[in-house]
Amino acid sequence: MKKDWTPLALVPVIALVALPLVGSAPTWVTLTVAGLAMGMMIFMMASGLTLVFGLMDVLNFAHGVFISVGAYGAATVLTRMSRQMEAEGLASDLSAMIPAVLAAIALAAFLGWFFERVLIRPVYGDHLKQILITMGGLIVFEQLIHVVWGPDIIPLPRPGTITGSFIVGEAAIERYRVAAVVVGLAVFAAMWLVLNRTRIGLLVRAGVENPEMVESLGYRIRRLFVGVFVAGSGLAGLGGAMWAMYQEQVNAQMGAQVLVMIFIVVIIGGLGSVGGCFLGALLVGLLANYTGYLAPKLALGSNILLMVLVLLWRPRGLYPIGKA
Amino acid sequence: MPEPMLAIAGVNTHIGQYHILQGVDFEVPRGGLTMLLGRNGAGKTTCLRTIMGLWRASAGSIRVDGHDITRAATPDVAQLGVAYVPENMGIFAGLTVEENLRLAARAGEPDASRLEWIWRLFPAMKTFWHGLAGNLSGGQKQMLAIARAIVEPRRLLLVDEPTKGLAPAIIANMVEAFRELKRTDTTMLVVEQNFHFARSLGDTVAVMDSGRIVHTGRMDALAADAALQTRLLGLSLDAHQ
Repeated sequence: MKKDWTPLALVPVIALVALPLVGSAPTWVTLTVAGLAMGMMIFMMASGLTLVFGLMDVLNFAHGVFISVGAYGAATVLTRMSRQMEAEGLASDLSAMIPAVLAAIALAAFLGWFFERVLIRPVYGDHLKQILITMGGLIVFEQLIHVVWGPDIIPLPRPGTITGSFIVGEAAIERYRVAAVVVGLAVFAAMWLVLNRTRIGLLVRAGVENPEMVESLGYRIRRLFVGVFVAGSGLAGLGGAMWAMYQEQVNAQMGAQVLVMIFIVVIIGGLGSVGGCFLGALLVGLLANYTGYLAPKLALGSNILLMVLVLLWRPRGLYPIGKA
Repeated sequence: MPEPMLAIAGVNTHIGQYHILQGVDFEVPRGGLTMLLGRNGAGKTTCLRTIMGLWRASAGSIRVDGHDITRAATPDVAQLGVAYVPENMGIFAGLTVEENLRLAARAGEPDASRLEWIWRLFPAMKTFWHGLAGNLSGGQKQMLAIARAIVEPRRLLLVDEPTKGLAPAIIANMVEAFRELKRTDTTMLVVEQNFHFARSLGDTVAVMDSGRIVHTGRMDALAADAALQTRLLGLSLDAHQ
């Protein structure tokens, strides 16, 4: 099987180009780890959206609210488990973090199910209505977050195990960023295994290419749609929880604030491509950190420039899906 | 007289504002190969898509092996044992040949003896078993599309223009494959523009024009009647030589 390895080279190329520009090796290491961590968190938030885009052809601008709701779900659990958080040790931290992450996933997944059933199902096949109704849904649910959790920013305590830094040589590496990289890699590995080693994954990959043919083979693609939408929303919730712990605060607009970056990642990767999304997220994370250090005013612009360059090179993204 | 495998009566199909099928009536006898012929735009593809439930009939009835499928969803039609090979072949380019076939085997893994039979019919499928379907040639993609449709025994096989754009050598290979398929108990309805292909394989024929069936009968009778060919298809067999 012929594999296309060329886009994978972009990650080391960007990192190596940044090294002489940054100048200091320890700073470069810190920025690289920060970029990879940011990329992993963006991947978690974006991976569901790319599948929803690819499989269902749905432009879901409400994806941001799944991120916010996931963050609030995690914050709610973590603030109620402050006693476990105060106790030292990995076990007590995990006893607070695992329920928090599960709450984030469950809440966002439930909201995703509600959105698919109530808002998106009536507008399948109509992109303009999808944009309008999901933007409307985003605004309404951001306000509902204010109703439920209040309008103020909620500070989010980070468990002690993943707080602080450790020093490697002269480089300071934040523990939380390493944890984010580990969780991101685990999510990517799990998604890869499901997509490539299970029948459901085979159906999803086929459905992204040609849903009509999947139906012609006797499978009910609608059920698959709902499952993917719910799973994608749950992943956004997980990403939201991770992002909130990274920022150590939660607010209703946090999902909408990263939505532009998520769309850039989805487009760079190729609509519907999980592998492309992973690579795109790493590129965006690294570039945002390097340019944030070298030329802060260009941080967001650099990602748009990256998208433009990628699309000039590969108009359908780094790993396009052969859609029928 | 045995019940036909497929019975279509008074079927109308609208696509948007267009009235494509305008009262289609014909039957596909059990166990044989029926050719559906007609000029471009006659409604042949719409007819197959309506049978599969991909477009909904606005009137009339469609029965497969006695089951009314007029309002059935596409997966339900497929689960009745109807397989469909669309004009664009509908292969999953990003999946391997193996994955394409594995997906089509709804019972789970493809049956080993059935797989051997398919590999004998289309040796390229074995050669490129682990290769991406998108990397196959046009002829190999068509073979994969047909192999996928027959990876499990089916009651009715609907094939839309299997020879479209294929080289003569590949068409000859395809003729042999369809002959082998005819030896099974699968009933086939094949849309075709290549009259030689149709003549060499068809048992019965239905000819469409402007959304209606204008002729049904034995294929050999149509092949022997140049005047009828000219009237129905605009060209006689001799003109195809």
